[in-house]
Amino acid sequence: MTKGSLILSRRTGFLFLLPTLCFVALFILFPFVWVFVLSFTNQTLTGVTAVQSKFVGLANYLRLLNFDTWMTRGEFGNALRISAQFVFGSAIIGQAGLGLLIAWAFHNRKGTLRETVYTLIILAWIIPDVVVAFTWMAFLDRDKGTLNAVLQLLHLARVDWLIQQPVLSIIIFNTWRGTAFSMLLFSSALATIPPSYLETAEVAGASAWQKFQDIIFPLIRNHVLTDIILITLWTFNTFSPFLITGGGPAFKSELVSIHTFRIAFQFFEFGRGGAIAVTMMVINLILALTYLTVLRRQEVRR
Amino acid sequence: MSSKFQVPRSKLARFVVSRVAFYLLVTLIAAFFALPMLWLVLTPFNPRGTLAAEIPTAPTLANFQLVFANTFAMRALLNSAILGTGAMLLVTLVATLAAYALSRTDVPGRDLLIYALILFSSVVTGTAAMVPIFLMMFYLKLIDTHLGVILVCTGGLLPTAIFIMRDFVEGLPRSYEESALVSGARPWQMFADVVLPLVRPGMMVVAIWAFVNVWGTFLIPFILLRSPTNMPASVAIYSFYTEAGTPIITLTSSYALLFAFPVLVLYLLINWRYGFRFFGGIKR
Repeated sequence: MTKGSLILSRRTGFLFLLPTLCFVALFILFPFVWVFVLSFTNQTLTGVTAVQSKFVGLANYLRLLNFDTWMTRGEFGNALRISAQFVFGSAIIGQAGLGLLIAWAFHNRKGTLRETVYTLIILAWIIPDVVVAFTWMAFLDRDKGTLNAVLQLLHLARVDWLIQQPVLSIIIFNTWRGTAFSMLLFSSALATIPPSYLETAEVAGASAWQKFQDIIFPLIRNHVLTDIILITLWTFNTFSPFLITGGGPAFKSELVSIHTFRIAFQFFEFGRGGAIAVTMMVINLILALTYLTVLRRQEVRR
Repeated sequence: MSSKFQVPRSKLARFVVSRVAFYLLVTLIAAFFALPMLWLVLTPFNPRGTLAAEIPTAPTLANFQLVFANTFAMRALLNSAILGTGAMLLVTLVATLAAYALSRTDVPGRDLLIYALILFSSVVTGTAAMVPIFLMMFYLKLIDTHLGVILVCTGGLLPTAIFIMRDFVEGLPRSYEESALVSGARPWQMFADVVLPLVRPGMMVVAIWAFVNVWGTFLIPFILLRSPTNMPASVAIYSFYTEAGTPIITLTSSYALLFAFPVLVLYLLINWRYGFRFFGGIKR
């Protein structure tokens, strides 16, 4: 960072920062601390425990991590397993994989075709959640949905997507929804590769896959890592699939984010919900720290 | 050139194969991203819309008239605009002040603050963050108020907004500010008269980004608001059901398209003015 002359005194600078500090303290730091406190109590919204919540020690965590029942439908372990499938399928394979494929396919190409495809993918990314949710409910509908109509054209069997394949449905949905970010990130990463590298390989007769494996991938490895950590974090925390499946049928697509919502905001058990929220935040913290480590390493190298 | 003539057939074959593979791939990708949107584009103009994406035989705007005549639906759009505008103004103002201070002072722990911001804003997020935030709003008596939603949204968007702003502020030449101070302007005057006009493009980007985010947000108003008259469109869209409990497709689809419309316009504006790209710390 360049150290220029100081335009503002420390006091004025602090005043400029004051509103931000208030917001961060109130909406980020305080909730982070309070949710830990909550998770050790039996706080609820209504009833006796709403007014006089008691310290219950690790009871909420023991219930969460009760390994006899935790894989039952609607329990935490099950939600964790579904979230893992969801993140692996939709973020790592889906968004990062497809995003890289698209960025690579359009590498060094310009023109209307690229603009059209990129615009489509970006639109899928920026349209509001509820609008895409309705659109996807129609798309996946058993009787009238476009997807089944296409399958029928291809002489394939119709599928009742949201009932028979709820996890696969939200994986495909979230891939569609979020590929734009990875695609844009990889596009700008690929644009930094000097064309001469690839031309040399071309002359040497390298195949497309060899070029990707030996030249492109090593040069963008850090971008791939950055991308995967960020989209894993976002995908793990997303609530949008709730708008399509509601976590069902029978908790089959209940992600951890939806599980937290159900315990805290449908049962209003804030102690128990707090324990799940703490677990989520610890997972987030590990991912975010990994991200920062990668960033620092890149800066040191530079 | 000579090598081209030595192995013309394999070169040609490879060229043809790669061309065919490319267009096949692009067709599949375009189909995957376009097909789900067909319903959204076609159904609002169909007098008898269903869940099928059908080209309307007699396209009509009657569904939109139905929406405009529905006071609850229009009230909800107004609520979305209130929430979006409120959070937009607050985020833009607070983030600009912070980004400027972070760039032009040596407040102790400045770098630490930046790292803590990235770290905690990505950790305290989503449903997990809403557990303590809901209780906090409950005790502050801000449940079912627009102010509560605006404050929570601002808190969530602020860290990223500061990163986007920092990009723009760091790019400003300092000489204007220095000469303003030399000629005796107070820091606040200098900020308002010299800095703000210069960072206007950055403020535009942050403002549009914040507005689009809050306009589309579902989880926060869904959890914090109670009364139907306060609901933004993202929550109210779930109210258009028949007495039998099935959604009224004509109304829902046209409302959905209407709700997505401002986002599309703002995207086009950003794309036209600045080109759609990454702003802030993400681009690496």
